[in-house]
Amino acid sequence: MNSRSLQTTIVFLVIGGILALALGGFFGSASRQFSSVLVELQTWVSSRYLGIQDFVTAPRDIVSLRARNVELEAQVSQLQTQVIELQQRVNETEILAALVDFSRSNPESTYKAASVIGRDPSPFLHYIIINRGSNDDIRRGMPVVTNQGLVGRIDAVIADAARVQLITDPASSINVYLQNAETDAVLFGSVTGDVSLDMISQDSSVEPGDLILTSGLGGGYPSDLIIGQVVTMRSLEFELFQQATVQPAVDFTRLDIVLVITNFRPVDITPLVP
Amino acid sequence: MRNIVAFPLLLLAVILQSSVVSQVKLLSGYADLPLLILGAWALQKRVKSAWHWAALGCLMIGFVSAMPWPVLVLNYLAVVFIAQTLQRRVWQAPLLAMFSIAFMGTLLLNFLSYVVLSVLGTSFVFADVIGLITLPSLLLNMLFSIPVYTFMRDLARWVYPTEEYE
Repeated sequence: MNSRSLQTTIVFLVIGGILALALGGFFGSASRQFSSVLVELQTWVSSRYLGIQDFVTAPRDIVSLRARNVELEAQVSQLQTQVIELQQRVNETEILAALVDFSRSNPESTYKAASVIGRDPSPFLHYIIINRGSNDDIRRGMPVVTNQGLVGRIDAVIADAARVQLITDPASSINVYLQNAETDAVLFGSVTGDVSLDMISQDSSVEPGDLILTSGLGGGYPSDLIIGQVVTMRSLEFELFQQATVQPAVDFTRLDIVLVITNFRPVDITPLVP
Repeated sequence: MRNIVAFPLLLLAVILQSSVVSQVKLLSGYADLPLLILGAWALQKRVKSAWHWAALGCLMIGFVSAMPWPVLVLNYLAVVFIAQTLQRRVWQAPLLAMFSIAFMGTLLLNFLSYVVLSVLGTSFVFADVIGLITLPSLLLNMLFSIPVYTFMRDLARWVYPTEEYE
């Protein structure tokens, strides 16, 4: 056996021995340490490579991302506008549907819908301005309602707009009828927007929650329009009449669309008043 | 010729007053944009058309509001008069003059409204008027008077440009 074949045999024996030791589990701790070092090294190289790659490619990505972001923001704002528009339409449709229901349930009157486009510039007065006028056969004195109840009446008219005096106006007074107590009273507005009842007979038994309707007396309003409910009563023995505070059926802060009763003509009883 | 800007400006002020400002309430009071505009305009040194603007303002507000027109006429003309008087005497502190006009104009408008409407048969609780309308309106008018004055000062420079170089 020459020296070369002896070397080969030794190498094979060493390798075989190492393999046998490895397979026998004698290299476990050494191989774990080796592999952990290898993994750490691999991780370090990989992270550095990714860092360099990010550094090289980032500017291009930022530009494209910014462009995409702008595009998406524009899309979002467009969609938000659409959502608001649709929401407005839904609200308007709901109001109109309620008003249609109301007009169907009260077929004795004819109605004309109008949008509220303004309010009186003075805080002393409670008036609204609507977008219907004499061109739409709106006349002074016509009652204005919503599906919830009475709003007021037309005070002044021009061709395409009209001014409505609300029942909350301090100068407003309406003859009303208390349904449960079966008695008449007068409803007054106030500068704060609250409405109250006066001229309730001391003999009448009015309770909180009683429904208030227009009585039709005086000819200013048709009868049986809902106004609101009694909240509290004030009855003093030494006074001629009882008073009451009222919760109006209509939310006057959120008036958007109203109905004008066009087939009602107010009666002017001024000449008959002594 | 540029004075013609009074028409669109006052028209816009009346529309804003009717549709926006009257919804921005503090208790039951709100600011009076036309009053502030007329006061701020009359305060500008070079302005010579304040009385015309006041007349136009009365006309426009009187068209929209149910307030009896003598209240508006008296108040807006008085505001212009006060502004011009103050402009001559307190010319070194224009913002102070503007605050004074907002203060006096609001008080006068509320007083006139209260008196005239009471005479016409509307009943008011005086404490309610003071607490819920006058004081909140005063505060809002004071707040609004600064931006309105600044805007009207710039507008006056635009309407009367030649006098700036004299």
